[in-house]
Amino acid sequence: VTAPLATPRIRVPRTARAGEVIEIRTLMEHPMETGLRHDGGRALPREMLTRLLVRMNGQTVLAAEFRNGTSANPYHVFFVRLERSALFEFTWTDERGRTARAEARVAVA
Amino acid sequence: MRATRRSLVALLALSPAAAAAEDALREAIRDAVGDAPVADGGIVLRLPAVAENGGQVPLAILVESPMTAADHVAAIHVFATRNPTPGVASFRLTPLLARAEVHTRIRLAEDQRILVLAQMNDGRVRRAAAELRVTTGGCLS
Repeated sequence: VTAPLATPRIRVPRTARAGEVIEIRTLMEHPMETGLRHDGGRALPREMLTRLLVRMNGQTVLAAEFRNGTSANPYHVFFVRLERSALFEFTWTDERGRTARAEARVAVA
Repeated sequence: MRATRRSLVALLALSPAAAAAEDALREAIRDAVGDAPVADGGIVLRLPAVAENGGQVPLAILVESPMTAADHVAAIHVFATRNPTPGVASFRLTPLLARAEVHTRIRLAEDQRILVLAQMNDGRVRRAAAELRVTTGGCLS
């Protein structure tokens, strides 16, 4: 029941030109079980991620709050303009306070 | 006209579940944007007209905005009007984003209307909605 969260998957380009807009894709394996579903008459216990925080060189880029309507294995895409090399940090948090983290670097030549 | 309205009221009165869903939606919207005035437009929603699998429906949201420190989208809120609970997600945006565009995947119980509210940094709120059909519900099965 207290198994660690899965390892997030991040897709970013390794390099970019100064001023280029890059696409960032994130996928987090997670059941996003709402507690509303039943399996053979048995209620499946609630198990939800609540938050995703994305930071670039220490500054918040995007923060998401998830509710029941977010699908299992949350997948998100967004776009950032890079002026210099960046370290992206991604943190997912679940309702019990557990976190999963990932990092990605993009070098601007 | 009057008869139509009366029968509509009667229909609504017969459906406490629908009334409860409306209340839940209103409350979720108030939690997200308070009583700020809402204007239509300025948002493009990309999603299928028919979702075969209600458990994984791709949704792309694009809000018109220069995304500068002075003028940007501060938040995007997504609601599913006919799910057991209407909340889908809220995204807090910053000017570090190149554009006010987020792609996600959402879960839908049945045919319904998706409602998206975009809150600007000056407090203005824009709204867009899209109807779609759901072949297999993704919430309770």
